[in-house]
Amino acid sequence: MGKPSRKLRGFQFREFLIEFLLALCALVSVLATIAIIGVLVFETILFFRNIPVGSFFTDLQWTPLFSEKHFGILPLLSGTFLITTIAMMVALPSGLCIAVCLSEYAPASVRKVVKPCLEILAGIPTVVFGYFALLLVTPFLQNLLPGLSGFNALSPGIVMGIMILPWATSLSDDALQAVPTDLREAAYALGSTRLQTSFRVVIPAAFSGITAAFFLAVARAIGETMIVTIAAGQQAKLTINPLEPAQTMTAYIVQVSLGDTEAGTIEYQTVFVIGMTLFVLTLLLNLVSEHFKKRFQEAYQ
Amino acid sequence: MTRLPHQVAISLLIVFFFSGCGSSESERIRLDGSSTVYPLSEAMAEEFQRQESQVRITVGISGTGGGFGKFLRGEAEVLNASRPIRASELELANEKNVEFIELPIAYDGIAVVVHPSNTWCSSLTISELKRIWEPGSQGRILRWNQVRPDWPDQPIHLFGPGADSGTYDYFTLAVVGEEGVSRGDFTSSEDDNLLVWGVARDPNALGFFGLSYFEENKQGLKVVAIDDQKSDNGDGPVEPLLETIFKGTYQPLSRPIFIYVRYDAVSLPVVERFVDFYVRNVSILAKELGYIALPDQAYDLVLNRFRNRVTGTVFETNGSQVGVTVGKLLDLETRS
Amino acid sequence: MRTRKIGWKIWNDRLFSILSFALLGFAMLVILVLLSAVFLDGFTRLNWSFLTGFPSRFSEQAGILPSLVGTGLLALLVVFITFPVGVGAAVYLEEYAKHRFAGSRVLRIFELNITNLAGIPSIVYGLLGLVLFVRVLALGQSLAAGALTLSMLLFPVIVISAREALRAVPMSIRECSLALGATRWQTIRHHVLPAALPGILTGAILAISRATGEAAPLILVGALAYVAFLPDSLLSPFSALPVQIFSWVSRPQVGFHHNAAAAISVLLPALLALNSLAIWLRNRYERK
Repeated sequence: MGKPSRKLRGFQFREFLIEFLLALCALVSVLATIAIIGVLVFETILFFRNIPVGSFFTDLQWTPLFSEKHFGILPLLSGTFLITTIAMMVALPSGLCIAVCLSEYAPASVRKVVKPCLEILAGIPTVVFGYFALLLVTPFLQNLLPGLSGFNALSPGIVMGIMILPWATSLSDDALQAVPTDLREAAYALGSTRLQTSFRVVIPAAFSGITAAFFLAVARAIGETMIVTIAAGQQAKLTINPLEPAQTMTAYIVQVSLGDTEAGTIEYQTVFVIGMTLFVLTLLLNLVSEHFKKRFQEAYQ
Repeated sequence: MTRLPHQVAISLLIVFFFSGCGSSESERIRLDGSSTVYPLSEAMAEEFQRQESQVRITVGISGTGGGFGKFLRGEAEVLNASRPIRASELELANEKNVEFIELPIAYDGIAVVVHPSNTWCSSLTISELKRIWEPGSQGRILRWNQVRPDWPDQPIHLFGPGADSGTYDYFTLAVVGEEGVSRGDFTSSEDDNLLVWGVARDPNALGFFGLSYFEENKQGLKVVAIDDQKSDNGDGPVEPLLETIFKGTYQPLSRPIFIYVRYDAVSLPVVERFVDFYVRNVSILAKELGYIALPDQAYDLVLNRFRNRVTGTVFETNGSQVGVTVGKLLDLETRS
Repeated sequence: MRTRKIGWKIWNDRLFSILSFALLGFAMLVILVLLSAVFLDGFTRLNWSFLTGFPSRFSEQAGILPSLVGTGLLALLVVFITFPVGVGAAVYLEEYAKHRFAGSRVLRIFELNITNLAGIPSIVYGLLGLVLFVRVLALGQSLAAGALTLSMLLFPVIVISAREALRAVPMSIRECSLALGATRWQTIRHHVLPAALPGILTGAILAISRATGEAAPLILVGALAYVAFLPDSLLSPFSALPVQIFSWVSRPQVGFHHNAAAAISVLLPALLALNSLAIWLRNRYERK
């Protein structure tokens, strides 16, 4: 009725202060996004003041560090997509099959062992995979394909696929597990084998979830840096030949950063333009993945 | 419950932070620059730190050009350079009132290398090299038989230092005729180790880098003899060996390499001790690492130059200089 | 006729079963072979002098002490920066914002924002660190810049996992406490957080594991130069184990490859142990 006692007001103030501090913590996320976008956009604008936007997308060469400068993003994009495609060809079919195996076929004992193994394997640092690619897989491939260059797209592509495999398998398995058992049991009751059930009932039901996992995997492959920097080489070339050196967007950023990045030069700005491209690409892929994930969650939760 | 460990850790961090704050500036030396000179500087840093373990020396590889940028901005005290300072860099130094001491420390040859299984290419003329590397060849000269018709119809994979590299500057001046001008479609890196790797693992590769990297990795590489098509140093192709570089017959791909020291950094006793140590001991390590040591009298001149704090460059035209033999270098140093 | 059709289906099923198990076995085998190859390559170099030595141009004398110390310090710093802020943000979003902004777009935008932040490639965080911490805040290529950059990278990850842990705490606990007259913060501090702690710890351990293994952002922020001493302050140049591995792998001399393999043999077991701990914790907690 009267004013709250001083103790109570002190209490309320403390509550308010704590909430305020916590809100500040949450605000860091907004600040982070603003900072990242700000940094990238600022330098990108500076870059496009000098280089026409059209040539950025259509020029077939990328030689910003040399006397005869070309600023076409296609070579780096082709390098990124070549290696990503190889990685997806390794990781996705096998990941899905193994996920089906774990989810539909494997007894609980096998699952209990394999599932945690997959998650632990997902924690291997990418630099270790870089070592695998350069020092183990490339020499092995060179025995099989004698003309293979020491730096090529095939080796990091395969190793990246191996890196993504545990993670893609885990995500697909989660999606498959989320499908209610009623659907399966209905199918079995109608006389289907596990194979038919898996591929004609469960997978279509889990489709959104699996698609979400697919897009996330692609986003991860595009953003991956160490494997390609170590094993793919440093020659930006528009190519679909996996037996030759290639350079991805991420490897280019590392290459320039290992030298001197003097602010204000066009070379410095190229790093951020590429960073911006990476950011936009992974953002789009993540948004698409989120969309599919939501659809999946709506269906089963 | 979780408060106490937090507080302990925070106090530890504060102690850690403040304990180091004072001492870190005076005992720190930063070197940066050429990948060619890096092994030499790294060895020097290691040996010096064996004697004086409280000194903190870091050595970066930004390339001679990149390193100059850091050097002039005050982010490095010593610059490793595989070419003399350029006009534009000199201008910038004057603008920023940065004075430097230029110290040649050794002689280096640029080795042109191919894969050991490459049986056809044992020598190249300068005009052939030029045809391979000039800007107009970008996208055009892509196969070995375009260089010499009787060579195999296989792709050439080129490896070379990047545009920030002094070795690149020198090579382009000596081969293409203009510093910093070449085709852009090759595997470029400021890190010569990457180039060694690339050539050693690719049967179709052709690359170039400092001789010390070749000497260090001889088993995996094959060196190409260079014919400069001039008769004043003898006819025919010459291989880069310690003798041929020292005598000046391996032309034009021989050049002196330097360190540059900031004049204001020399007032720090630790920097002075380090550079002194460097100049006095570089001849021993040079041999170990595949560089060519200058004659003893040259080192005496260089040491005097440092001890007398003589600033500026001895080279009148700035940037890479083709044809600076050991004798000529001695001459320039004596006159300065 | 009918029996033949059914037999075909069962045969397919068996075939797939065999093939997929074989694929699983093969995948595990490949990874096992690769890991063994690394350990075999490196174990000859694993000795006390390697662990306590400094980098050297002689591969047989090179050691990983500065990188080990650097990595350890980075992990510590990252935890102390990101953990409070990340958990704080999760608490706010999960315990306060949900009620204040219920139904409005704001919460959804925050969630989307954090999910996107978690998906940004680590090298873009390296660019952010280069501009913001190395240049603008003039920290230079220092331990502080490296720690802050990694913190930015891990912040969204910790927020997401902390939120999940908080969400798993039943509403009844909160409602009980509030009904008894406790304030929201008292409820959180004494009831919700302790209940969510295992889940939050799991997230923190996984985050440390990730921070320890990252190389790309640290390369951009300057951890690559030859560093033959231990960092003595937050502004000191530093090295980190993944970056040292990268540097050694890139050298053509075989001796350095052995060193890289040995360094991996030190790094991997530590990380795998951390991950196993986190997963064990989570499984134990989930069973509760």
